[in-house]
Formats: sequence, C-alpha cells, structure tokens
Amino acid sequence: MVTRASAPHASDGGPDLELLSSTARRLREDIIAMTTRAASGHPSSSMSAIDIMVALYKGGILNLNPSHPSAPDRDRFILSKGHAAPALYAVLAEHGVISHESLDTLRVIGSPLEGHPNMRRLAGVEASTGSLGQGLSIGLGHAFAGRLDGHGYRTYVMCGDGEMQEGQVWEAIMAAAHFNADNLTLIVDHNGAQQSNLLPRVIDYRPLAAKLRAFEWHVEEIDGHDMPAILRAFDSVRAVKGRPQAIVAHTVKGKGVSFVEADWAYHGKPLTASEQVRAFAELRGEPAPH
Amino acid sequence: MSASTTPFVVSPGAATRDAFGIALRDLGHSEPRIVVVDGDVANSTRTEWFGQVFPDRFFNVGIAESNMVGVAAGLAASGKIPVVSSFAAFLLCNAYDQLRMSVAFPHLNVKVVGTHAGISIGEDGPSQMAIEDFALACSLPGFTVIVPSDEAHTHAAVRAMIAHEGPVYLRLGRPKAPRIHEAGSSLEIGKAYQLRDGSDLTIVACGLMTAAALEAHDALAAKGIHARVLDFPTIRPLDVDALVRASRDTGHILVAEEHLAHGGLGSVVAMAVGSHHPCKLGYVNLGNRFAESGTPEALMETYGLTAPHVVEAAVKLVAK
Repeated sequence: MVTRASAPHASDGGPDLELLSSTARRLREDIIAMTTRAASGHPSSSMSAIDIMVALYKGGILNLNPSHPSAPDRDRFILSKGHAAPALYAVLAEHGVISHESLDTLRVIGSPLEGHPNMRRLAGVEASTGSLGQGLSIGLGHAFAGRLDGHGYRTYVMCGDGEMQEGQVWEAIMAAAHFNADNLTLIVDHNGAQQSNLLPRVIDYRPLAAKLRAFEWHVEEIDGHDMPAILRAFDSVRAVKGRPQAIVAHTVKGKGVSFVEADWAYHGKPLTASEQVRAFAELRGEPAPH
Repeated sequence: MSASTTPFVVSPGAATRDAFGIALRDLGHSEPRIVVVDGDVANSTRTEWFGQVFPDRFFNVGIAESNMVGVAAGLAASGKIPVVSSFAAFLLCNAYDQLRMSVAFPHLNVKVVGTHAGISIGEDGPSQMAIEDFALACSLPGFTVIVPSDEAHTHAAVRAMIAHEGPVYLRLGRPKAPRIHEAGSSLEIGKAYQLRDGSDLTIVACGLMTAAALEAHDALAAKGIHARVLDFPTIRPLDVDALVRASRDTGHILVAEEHLAHGGLGSVVAMAVGSHHPCKLGYVNLGNRFAESGTPEALMETYGLTAPHVVEAAVKLVAK
C-alpha cells in the first residue's frame, strides 16, 4: 500500500494554501521558461490548468508516491489535453517524479519530454495524448480495472473545454454514468478559448455543467484559480458514491500574465525572451522592466 | 509442416468467429487478466460466450467504437489483457485514431478482433465489409496481424494472441470456413505453413483464400502445373524466409487474399520478395473497388475470389 502523498500543511492542519499558490506561481515560470527555451509549445493552455494540477499533486489529493509512479494502487492523472504537457512536466518535476533539470529539454530530440506526453518514454505520464478526446475513455478503462482488482485508486482526467467538442468524450461520459464509475473524475479546464477563436465563437455548447448533470454525472463548478475552492471540489467529489464526477473549472487562458490573458491568439505560441522577462516580473509582483 | 498430396476436399468447419468465441471463453478460465470490451455486437462476434461465463469481465460499452478502444487501452495500461471486438469495418475504420494513439503509440497489450471481415459476409453489403483492414492494421507500428484460415488455426491464433505481449489485430470471418489444419494444430506468430509442395509456382494465401488455393492446387496439377501452397496466418511479422525459399524454388509467387489490392498481403509479400529474392509475382484480390450485397458465394464468384480465379491467375503467371 502506497502512503498518501504528504501535503504541505499549515498550522491549522489543512493544506498550506500560501505554499500551494506560491508553488503554482513558480510552475507558471517553469512553463514559460521551458516553452520560450523550446521556442514552441502551449504556455497559455498550461497556465490555465496549473492551479488545479498543483492542488491535485501537492495538495494531498493524488495518491502518488514519486519514487513508485507505477505502483498498481496509485491514483491516476491523465492529461487528455496533451498540449498542456508543459504543465504536466512542471508538476511532475515539482513532485519529484522527474528531475527539474529535465524541463530544459522540452521538445529537444532525444528527450522524453516530447511536445505532447508520451507514456512510453516518461515516468508519471499515464497516457500518450495529443489527439484530443481520448483521455476520458482511457481513464474509464483504468477505473474498470481498479474495480476488478479491488483497488481503491481514483482516476482523474483533465480535458480542455475545446476538447469537449470531440464526440468520443461524450461516448465516455455516457458509458461512465451507465457503469456507475464513481472512481472516475473528469476535470474540464474551461478557459473559454481554443485554437482559432474564443469557444463561444467556434461551437458554443455552454452551459457545460448542465449537460454533464443531464448525463447523470455529479458536477462541481468552480473558479479554477481559487485554491481553496479547488481543494473543496476535490474533497466533495471523493465523497460521491455511485456516480462519476466532473469538476467544471472556469479558468483564464494564460492566467497570471496580463498580456497573455488578454489575447487568445497566444494559443500554441511561446513568449519571446523579452516577453518572458516581463511575464516573470508580473508573476513576482515586481515592477515592469523597461 | 508435412505437405500432403491427397486431394483437398472442402469440408465445412466452424466459422472463424465461432472458433474465436469458444477459444476465448475457454482461455478465460486459465488467464484471469482477460477482459472483453464489446460494442454491442457480442452475439455476432461471439464474445457473448465469454460474457456469459465471466460477466464481471465483460463490458458492453454500447455503439461507440472510439470509446471502446480507449477503454481497452486503459484496461491494458492497468494490467489487464483486453480483447476488444466488433465488426472489423467498424472497429478499424471508425476507431482508427484511437488504435493509433491510444493503443499502437504506447504499444499497449490490447487484442483487437475484427469479425465479419471481407466480402464473404454477404448480404449486408459494403458498409459492413472490411476490405482495407490488413492495410490499416499493418500501418499501426508494433501491431501483429493474424488472419487464420480455419477453425483449428483460429483456436491456435487466440491462444497465441493472448500469450503474445503487445497489440494484435486478429481478422475473422462470418461464414463457415473449410477445414485446413488438423484439430489441435498450433500457430506460431510469424510463421508460414506449407500445405502442398510444388516446383512451378507458390500460392501464398490467408483466410478463406487458403482453401481456394488448395482447390486450385489440385486443378493446376491436372494441368501439369505443380504449385506449392503456403498458408500465411501472420501478415505481420511476415515469414520472409518462407518467401525467399518459394522465390528461389519456384520462381513465381501468386498472392491470394480477400482484401483490396493495396496494402494487404500482396503488398507486403511484394516488398519482401523484391528486397530479398525477386521473382515473378501475381495477385488475386478485390482490386480497387467496393463489393455489393449478395450471397457470399455469389460475391466471391463475381469479385474474383474463387479457386478458378486462382487457377486462371496461376496459369497466366507461370506462362510469364
């Protein structure tokens, strides 16, 4: 039995919210630094997701021993929106599953830190993703296996909100509800923007939470950058019996850096070196450089 | 391995899908990791026989092939041996990206079983007929591709597929298949089986076309043409040694398959022979066209996939 990953605790016994928030801020810097160094990648799609991922890995939610990332009874986290790979790599490094130095090799030939996650090459990656829509089905397979083996592990799958336009996701949503997969949690990074435009201007399927509820899922709807709200949502879904759960997390693409937040066209676009300097200053609350 | 010289008498055995259903159910007792993922066609693919004995290890995820393959990938990643089965046309064509990204790329231990393949499914028509499945399966890096010719070899193929570590595509048919191999025969992945020996040409076949090749062998012998007949239950990996020997010994190779002209057994044989020991090649296949509705017999006749078609192509080839 793997022990539950130790969470940073404040004096009141709960997770140390200050520490989690400062960790998320640091990992935003990692995301920007690695994509700027690689001169490619999807920093803004990673920055909308990173608070949730920090809560999951470092807030005592995900039962994952970094020394045994393949332990059979570990909790699984599948990043179905594979283009947010920089966020996954940053949090895996923070958790000690991979080295922090390896982040410098993002997208370099020979490195296991590929543009999109490759489970064959990198420890801690639960699914090879990048073709959108496939992660929730894979997660349901893990959930079935856990039930068959009598393991109590949970499977968390993160999808993008643009990704929810893929039909396969809804096939999996139907099936998970039918099979009462209460060991499966879907997290939607609802940042409202996709590659070519804002989501409402592409295919506006909102409201998402109502649709998931109509499919008999338990749904929590939160601000995906509010650390206490994220942790409360994870606690709530773990208590749900008999139904799969979704956390619809309203987020901001590029969260933390105002000029990226303001322009959805940053999708799939790294910051330049000088933009990185400005971004780091903003993240650190320092005056903007001239 | 012994090449018989007795005439081939068509003796209907079970359909390969029926043999699969029985073999899978039987293996379920000794291999607890086997689970089945179905797309609401278990009564056609015969996985329902497994489901009746092992209901907890049987998941009908509905008419949703993409999700079906993804679920199988997740089960495999957590240590199960999922057998995901549907009509070959729907499984490969509908869920191809899932086979590519969720199964082949991570090289997961998923067994993909496509039934009702080829035009011999009959009256249901082209929408249900997988005629490009060899090409699609062979285009998934790391996949093993198995096409058994009869009941006995299907039993063996299911055992070999489960014992093999890695993704496998197993192609099965709807109609009863003539008996070719002895009951209890084994099937080694990557090995061709010589059924007849001859010096004038070699007929390479798989699936239902192996029986047509054996019938053709006898008809050709009556014309004084002596054909070696090789059954190729594994398209990938290919038994290149058997092809090199055939090329060297007989100088002509005729490839017969129930598949489109491109990307199937003929293509991989041509590439192997061309690379290692070139010889004259001929092909019996569906060409580059969809079929239509009709009885299986009428379709095989109309679309050029019977023993007389093999004979005709063989006569032409050896005259080259």
